[in-house]
Amino acid sequence: MKQKITKGALILVGVAFLIVMLVLPLATVLIYALRQGWAAFFSAVTDVYAVKALQLTLLTTAITVIVNTVFGIFAAWTISKFRFRGKQALTTLIDIPFSISPVIAGLVFILVFGRIGWANPLLEALDLKIVFAVPGIVLATIFVTFPFVSRELIPMMQAQGSDEEEAAALMGAKGFTIFRRITFPHIKWALLYGVILCTARSLGEFGAVSVVSGHLRGKTNTLPLHVEILFNEFHLTAAFAVSSILVLIAVVILILRNIVEYRVKREER
Amino acid sequence: MALSQAAGHKGADSRLKKFFPVRKGTVIPGFGLSMGVTVTMLSLIVLIPLFSVFLTLSGSTFSDFWRVVTDKQTVATYRVSLSCAAIAAVVNAFFGILLAWILTRYQFPLRRVLDGLIELPFALPTSVAGISLTTMYSDKGWIGRWFDRIGVKISYTTTGIVIAMIFIGIPFVVRSIQPVLEKLNPQYEEAALTLGASRSRIFRKVVLPEILPAALTGFGLAFARGIGEYGSVVFIAGNIPYQTQITPLIIMNKLEQFNYFAATSIALVMVVFAFLLLFGINSLQARINKIARG
Repeated sequence: MKQKITKGALILVGVAFLIVMLVLPLATVLIYALRQGWAAFFSAVTDVYAVKALQLTLLTTAITVIVNTVFGIFAAWTISKFRFRGKQALTTLIDIPFSISPVIAGLVFILVFGRIGWANPLLEALDLKIVFAVPGIVLATIFVTFPFVSRELIPMMQAQGSDEEEAAALMGAKGFTIFRRITFPHIKWALLYGVILCTARSLGEFGAVSVVSGHLRGKTNTLPLHVEILFNEFHLTAAFAVSSILVLIAVVILILRNIVEYRVKREER
Repeated sequence: MALSQAAGHKGADSRLKKFFPVRKGTVIPGFGLSMGVTVTMLSLIVLIPLFSVFLTLSGSTFSDFWRVVTDKQTVATYRVSLSCAAIAAVVNAFFGILLAWILTRYQFPLRRVLDGLIELPFALPTSVAGISLTTMYSDKGWIGRWFDRIGVKISYTTTGIVIAMIFIGIPFVVRSIQPVLEKLNPQYEEAALTLGASRSRIFRKVVLPEILPAALTGFGLAFARGIGEYGSVVFIAGNIPYQTQITPLIIMNKLEQFNYFAATSIALVMVVFAFLLLFGINSLQARINKIARG
């Protein structure tokens, strides 16, 4: 009896915490988005600047995910299939972006490519613009999400061992064939899992992008930055309407994440 | 870059092996190529940009640096950031243990949904979380209104900052502990129960020592994230100097004033602190593991 009361109380406290901290903020976005009716909602989400911002966000995310997937596969291959000195150091270096504030992630690119940056004379000679332009936004997003794919792959590939790859190599298979035929089937769900996490973070990255963006509407404004501008201009309904698109994407990502996580766990068994 | 590496990867293999000697002979191909791509990308995207922090500061004296990072207003931001992140991490450690426990040990309706919801703070863009929390907890919002009646303000105070940091830190502790609890065999708890230990005593003596290292990791990650967090905190913070200004925000303000030296100096302090924090947590964890092993 006493045990049942404890159990009930624990569940109640836990669920109440989740509702107040997670469900209510989500509900707030949707309720405020529709506060002035569907017409106001649609005019906000089809606004030309909102659409442009969404396009830039999708472009940035696509490039980021491709770059980080390529890196993740190569890094995981290096770290899990070979034994070399300095492996621990390399792993630690790859994880650096996790422990760095997004604002600093943006700042470092200003220090390289900005007006005072050491690469600035070269950029001016080539007439290139990186910070306060789209390339800067992409670079900052890649920086922030850099370890996402490799971190999912490395433990998975280390657990698999390299016996099968060694056997394939001894039978004369080339590197890419080994990866495609032997390694990839084992890691495909873990890879997808890393890609999903990377996508989620790239879509929503705010701090790092905010530093390097320059906030030019229709040019260097991503969707999360657009939300900030609308909110600071007191266009509450519009800010929440645009946010609700991002909430929708977030919920879809969460569902996908759960499905893929289930497959990864099954693969590990 | 990748192509040129591929073309020359036979030669690169032997040259790289001098730098990173491969210990046991392996027959798997592609060491040179994959090491080349990994190190090149890591350097271009992470290491060289980070190194620019030192490059920028190298032109000035230590006393200039010290004056900037110990400036009164800047020190106030450290105090706000550290204390709010610490409180939020403690709250998250408590609720994280509780949530991990009920999600792995109990069956109740909607358990799967709540379990899947834990990662929401990672999936939701931080600016969306920021404006949502600010609106909810402002004196007209549907939670803030009730607190306003008893004279408690949440948005634009340190309380608001703590709430935003709790939001962003929820997944860390829960997800650190959950796998440990799943693997923990209930037979130890049952054994303690048959020996006559009370439930709370079993939790303290049997379960807690097992999950403590994981809880500590989660605490450290949540703490570090809280200190560095920008998007979800900046809206609710209100940015009042000496009161609700957090360190990432003062870096942002210095950048807007084109004071690159100050921004970089404060950034360096944050980076060093983040590394010390992670290092400290890691060594504390090693110590606990050592004690646990006896």
